[in-house]
Amino acid sequence: MERNLMVAGFGGQGVMLLGKLLSYAACESTDKNVTFFPSYGAEQRGGTANCYVVISDEEVGAPLGDQMDDLIVMNDPSLNKFLYKLVPGGTLFINSSIVTTEITREDVKVVRVPVTEMALEMKNPKVLNIIMLGAYVGYTEVVPPEVVKDTIAKQLGKKPAMVPVNMEAFEKGLAIGREARA
Amino acid sequence: MARKFMKGCEAIAEAAVRSGCRFFAGYPITPQNEIPEYMARRLPEVGGHFVQGESEVASINMVYGAAGSGTRAMTSSSSCGISLMSEGISFAASARVPLVYVNVQRGGPGIGAIQPAQQDYAQATKASGNGGFKMMVLAPSTVQEAVDMTYAAFDYAQRDRNPVLVLADGVLGTIMEPVELPEMRSEEEVKALKAATRSWAPVGHDSTVEPRAFVDAGRWSTKEQEQVCVRAEQMYADWEKDIQVETMYLDDAELVLTSYGICGRIARSAVRLLREEGYKVGLIRPKTVLPFPTSTYTGLDFSRVKNILDVEMSIPALMVEDVKAAVKDRCAVHTCCHAGGEIMGRDEVIQAAKAIMNR
Repeated sequence: MERNLMVAGFGGQGVMLLGKLLSYAACESTDKNVTFFPSYGAEQRGGTANCYVVISDEEVGAPLGDQMDDLIVMNDPSLNKFLYKLVPGGTLFINSSIVTTEITREDVKVVRVPVTEMALEMKNPKVLNIIMLGAYVGYTEVVPPEVVKDTIAKQLGKKPAMVPVNMEAFEKGLAIGREARA
Repeated sequence: MARKFMKGCEAIAEAAVRSGCRFFAGYPITPQNEIPEYMARRLPEVGGHFVQGESEVASINMVYGAAGSGTRAMTSSSSCGISLMSEGISFAASARVPLVYVNVQRGGPGIGAIQPAQQDYAQATKASGNGGFKMMVLAPSTVQEAVDMTYAAFDYAQRDRNPVLVLADGVLGTIMEPVELPEMRSEEEVKALKAATRSWAPVGHDSTVEPRAFVDAGRWSTKEQEQVCVRAEQMYADWEKDIQVETMYLDDAELVLTSYGICGRIARSAVRLLREEGYKVGLIRPKTVLPFPTSTYTGLDFSRVKNILDVEMSIPALMVEDVKAAVKDRCAVHTCCHAGGEIMGRDEVIQAAKAIMNR
């Protein structure tokens, strides 16, 4: 059993951190193999940024899968560029605040999460990735939410003041993910 | 042992420290910057030394000096940076200095691309500098293997008094995977390892009591130079016992996929999926590309194995020349390649294998 996730957006949206937190949590809560592969060019903020997470019972072969079981897109260009990679029956998570392109495929499930708006409402535009992480975990149950929360707290160890807002962001996303699943 | 989720470059650096590495000099280049970054923080914690050199040339020569004093020492770079180090590596081989270096390969030739590739196979295994010397070249496919091989590299280097190369690539350097780290060698063990080099390391001998020690890459008599080459050749022959290779399904395979490093794991995964579909495919994945597992190829039953598919992120394919030298004309050898930072897809490997088998 192998599960492939791609997270795509632009630099500054926390795409890498989203994938990394999920990978840490999977490593800590299971004995499965996990491979996190960040892919970016020479650019940083504003450029394209995407990462791949493979969670597998066997040793991970290709760190960059050909087809994705799950696809998280944080902006329009990523949707147009990567939608074809999603397997039929796969799940597409979109940042519905800024992804305006109509989803042309009917063979995939779509979970819409207005993460940019939600993060702005929380007066912390940076937490949009944590909201999306919550939605992904709530929908897929690929790792226990409690483990992800522990991971977030641990990774934010140097900035304890940031923990509550990130926990709130995660919970908000989690609720949307669970609702979409129901 | 507890698993730790680590980035390839950082895991390599930590493995080196645990093996007793106490000196690192390097110069920044993508995609291996996390190795010097990690070392800059980590080495002072264990009483070691980190130097950011003013260039690759300076860095390799500092490592040459440190390793020449019997301290376990390492550098790392990527492709074009490794080219700049080739003089120092050749000197270390000539002077029998046991340094370790890591090449996190990127696209080439020239400055090339910062993305992952496997374009340096020939440089690594055939001519890493002038003078026709050889080194053990370890080629990990996973972060765990990168850890285990880096740890072992220092032991091989000290055993042989010869440089050892860990040949990684940009994917392996940047991915994160769970690893089990090897035991940290104690300060006493590290000291004992250094003490064991005293017979040859010029660390300040009382020449009335002990023979003088030299680290010298030059010879002033032709006879002496020839003897050095003859002795080195004997060492290369002894490496036969150190060959490491992973094989799968060679007892009934009709098509054998062969690949090393990052492509090795992609090929292995492709073999598993092809088997599920009933295709009689096998795998030869060299883990040491020098010494090369030639006998694994020559030992194939060529009445059954009609084709070999060599998978590399290099155009032209480079390891394929060693494969061809082993199998000669006993079966057809095909390639499936990418270059320039394009990462091999498992589906492409599967399609290439099917195209051969369905012919």
